[in-house]
Amino acid sequence: MLEISNLSHVYGSGPGAHHAIEGLNLSVAEGELLCIVGPSGAGKSTLLRSIAGLIQPTGGEVRIEGKLVKQTPDNLAVVFQDYSRSLFPWMSVADNVALPLRRKKMDKQQRRAAAQEALESVGLAEAGKKYPFQLSGGMQQRVAIARALAYRPALMLMDEPFGSVDAQTREDLEDLVLQVRGHHKMTIVLITHDIDESVYVGDRVVVLSKAPAHVVGDLKVELASPRDQITTREHSDFVHLRAEVGRLVRGLERTPA
Amino acid sequence: MISARILRGVAGVAGFLIVGELTIRFGLTDDVVFPPPSLVLWEAMGLLADPVFLSGVAITLTNWALGLIASVVIAVPLGVLLGSLASVERATRPLLEFLRPIPSVAIIPLAILLIPVDSMMKVSVIVYASLWPVLINTLYGMHDVDPLAKESLRSFGFGAIDVLRRVSLPSAAPFMLTGVRIAAGIALILAVSAELLAGGTGGIGVFVIQAGSGNRTDLILAATFWAGIIGMVANSLLVLAERRLFHWHQARTGATT
Repeated sequence: MLEISNLSHVYGSGPGAHHAIEGLNLSVAEGELLCIVGPSGAGKSTLLRSIAGLIQPTGGEVRIEGKLVKQTPDNLAVVFQDYSRSLFPWMSVADNVALPLRRKKMDKQQRRAAAQEALESVGLAEAGKKYPFQLSGGMQQRVAIARALAYRPALMLMDEPFGSVDAQTREDLEDLVLQVRGHHKMTIVLITHDIDESVYVGDRVVVLSKAPAHVVGDLKVELASPRDQITTREHSDFVHLRAEVGRLVRGLERTPA
Repeated sequence: MISARILRGVAGVAGFLIVGELTIRFGLTDDVVFPPPSLVLWEAMGLLADPVFLSGVAITLTNWALGLIASVVIAVPLGVLLGSLASVERATRPLLEFLRPIPSVAIIPLAILLIPVDSMMKVSVIVYASLWPVLINTLYGMHDVDPLAKESLRSFGFGAIDVLRRVSLPSAAPFMLTGVRIAAGIALILAVSAELLAGGTGGIGVFVIQAGSGNRTDLILAATFWAGIIGMVANSLLVLAERRLFHWHQARTGATT
């Protein structure tokens, strides 16, 4: 459902130009949960912005459901790392979640109902009337996820979504993502620099090189579902996979299986 | 808490008045004729029953309100426009930086010569002076809009107009209101100054001139007292409005007072 072919992006020009991505090819199947890992500064966010149509890549193309991405597509939602900046502080939580639904043919009542349903699915049924600043960081990120879910996108992009919360909250939110993908039919691309997280959450992990980024590894994650923070992480397959991804991120050779 | 603060404020004012009273009655030489606070306050109360003074206040306040409203109507859209179009702002910035620090009172003599209609002249100088704080604060607010907040809305497929309307304007609104509050004080200064310099049929400034020509320092101060009260009330009302309307902004910037 997502096809990225020969994607390149250069910031600036001349000798000071920064080649963030070069010749990146990737395809994601419908319903897949793909994690993209790579060292920091690897052009992961540039990749995400290109997929979302927030920037125009300097080379190559991105297609979602066969359609070439030129502007921000209609069937896509993004969850950013920095929830405190991505949520609108002047709106109540419910209004934040309902706002993107104005793009759809829904009246006020339908938008409100959809927002409430999305908030319930992230465990924030009671928070609708509050303002984002009245919630903890983890709860704010739940609101951002609810906002994306309510929109019912075909593709949900998550840019380091748990990078700004504490470890306990991080685990809860990872499980939340696994849980909501069971209820909603959608494709998820989650960008992270956390190797364990990529293996724990993903159906498939793609490893990017340092900038200029291209794909250096593509691994299928075949761990039993439902996953569990304790038992999944102690399973030998998980341990093996995370080691493999870790070596790729550090630019070492893959060990023979 | 609040009552203790008010009590301290009242004590400060009362102390100041008593010290003033005693200094003027017993401390100064007989050569200096300065009305003691008790007399000024007495005259100020008397002015409340003086139809000439009251109609003057009405004239001054009308000019003040007209000027302030006109400046908001001009400066807010202008600020939004300049704030959205970086190239236009860069072109006009030097001109703004030159005009802004010119003391607005200095243009009153010019306005008297150029604008023959008295009330229009007065409103014009008020508009000119109030434009700057509203314009500069609107610009500042537009620059302060978080790029990630704009991207968040764009990522759902919203266009530039929607981003302006639903993100930039609400985000900049508290800055605009702060600009209006600063402008309200400046507008009152200009309203009275224009009357002092140009005279006219009535107004707080006109009343002061007439009191001066009769050597009534007590009446000058009594009228000035009411001008101060008006400025204080206007400021307090706008502070209250900022807190009511933009509590999210206070929470975000960590302002507590």
